[in-house]
Amino acid sequence: MFGDLRELYQEVILDHGKKPRNFRYPEDFTCEAAGNNPMCGDALMVYLKVDDNKIIRDVAFQGKGCAISVASASMMTELLKDLSVDKAEALFKAFHSMCTDDENIDEQLAQFDEEIVERLQMLSGVRQFPMRVKCATLAWHTMDAAVNGEQDITTE
Amino acid sequence: MNKVITPAPTAGDNSVQAFDVERVRKDFPILGEEINGRPLVYLDSGASAQKPRQVIDAMSTAMETYYANVHRGVHAMSQRSTEAYEAARTKIATFLNASSTNEIIFTSSATEAINLVANAYGRKFLKAGDEIIVSHMEHHANIVPWQLLREEIGVVLRVAPIRDDGALDMEAYESLLGPKTKLVAMTHTSNALGTVVPIADVIKKAHDHGALVIVDGCQAVPHSKVDVQAIDADFYVFAPHKIYGPTGVGILYGKEELLNSMPPWQGGGDMIATVTFEKTTFQKAPLRFEAGTPPIVEAIGLGAAIDYVSTLGMDNIAAHELGLLHYATQRLNAIEGLTIIGTAPEKAAIVSFVMDCAHPHDIGTIVDQMGVAVRTGHHCAQPVMDRFGLAATARASFGLYNTRDEVDALVESIEMVKEFLG
Ligand SMILES: Cc1ncc(COP(=O)(O)O)c(C=O)c1O
Repeated sequence: MFGDLRELYQEVILDHGKKPRNFRYPEDFTCEAAGNNPMCGDALMVYLKVDDNKIIRDVAFQGKGCAISVASASMMTELLKDLSVDKAEALFKAFHSMCTDDENIDEQLAQFDEEIVERLQMLSGVRQFPMRVKCATLAWHTMDAAVNGEQDITTE
Repeated sequence: MNKVITPAPTAGDNSVQAFDVERVRKDFPILGEEINGRPLVYLDSGASAQKPRQVIDAMSTAMETYYANVHRGVHAMSQRSTEAYEAARTKIATFLNASSTNEIIFTSSATEAINLVANAYGRKFLKAGDEIIVSHMEHHANIVPWQLLREEIGVVLRVAPIRDDGALDMEAYESLLGPKTKLVAMTHTSNALGTVVPIADVIKKAHDHGALVIVDGCQAVPHSKVDVQAIDADFYVFAPHKIYGPTGVGILYGKEELLNSMPPWQGGGDMIATVTFEKTTFQKAPLRFEAGTPPIVEAIGLGAAIDYVSTLGMDNIAAHELGLLHYATQRLNAIEGLTIIGTAPEKAAIVSFVMDCAHPHDIGTIVDQMGVAVRTGHHCAQPVMDRFGLAATARASFGLYNTRDEVDALVESIEMVKEFLG
């Protein structure tokens, strides 16, 4: 019983939820955005440092949220480091597909390292909880807005 | 508080019975449903209450046997529909103790009822610099319409603070009242905290300063008897779907003279007396404010809901729910790491809480796996969340069909939250 819950609240997720990585206001960054989920009042800021070659050199975040949104933001900051912006956006798309059980997930994931895919898989326990997909993707939507020069986004 | 009611004697049973929650539950078909293989424990009546068979049947019967448009046409069905629709209005007038059925307006929601007052009353009678007082614990539905009015005509919004326990700070409220105060828009019971506002007192003090009062009774009407004349409300609003009636209809009570002094805010059929292209004259209240085909079946369903709670007795419902509130408060308080938000001395059966180990959203997901439905989030009352430095709470809100066993189920499910996230 509670298998779905156990998959959602895995050790790794809980760990990132309680002790988020890169939870800071960075000294320098090139773009930022605010993400809001008015359904639950969660709000976070995502900061990225992108170099001239469009490689993400640093990702950090701050804000308040549930275990899922904080863990997802925390893990995202680790996953995106040293990826190109294009690749980061492709990863967001792939992650979104995983969370919503879209087709051709495998195809989308093929371009990423096994380690990255494994981590994404841990986060995708939310697909059994459609009401929580917004939590898991909030940071990613916000990152997407930041690299595209938008200031803030709202998920509903 | 535990009063005893005498139900209409049924065949073979002439005994006097206390409020029999198990019998009442049988009236609500949905309570037989299961979530994840467990019985549904519905603790979200504050968001919307479940519907008894009596309401469902009244609505089906209307559609199956006498449905037609109202106030139009001489044919038999239109006449019967009109009679049932107007009978519902009479039931609501009696239920609220209005002095006339003309004081009851059917809108499409409670939200629309407040917007109606903001538009029809506000635009005509308020001007730049006039002050409207709201409390710090209003639902967005009783904040935003006044902000829109502020943008349009420059009225000033003032906020009556609440105390740390969630009670209205009466002294501070009084000190806000002055010659510029024209309107007080105040909740009767907070949906986020459960606080019951001493509304008669609030109204009296406003009247002493010549201000009118619109009361948001959405969370009050389902839980205890409301007498609009006794409290002397100028306007009183409630949401039928929270008192076991259907969605799609809202109620605005207004003093008759006041309503007839207000212009319509929407134009269309039903609200006119005569129309020529040169000039249109309007009906009096309530029809003046019921432009277009109204929520006919929904009004009839609401009438059935009013009959339903009246037969059970609002005092009996209040006593039953107060018992649940006390029990839930006591059991939740005993959980380490859990804090109840809203501990005013006068409360309705609504318990908001937060936990050290879990965000409300996570609480909601985990207890749902055990069949327990609670609301999580800001409850459309962000200013009061800010007041407590919170983004969200989890909220258990009780209805007449809830039981102590269900409080126990809530507590058990919260233990599970601790197991997962503690
Ligand atoms: C206190 C209060 N006011 C207003 C409303 C708005 O009701 P509705 O959304 O049905 O119009 C609600 C319900 O959510 C409420 O709890």
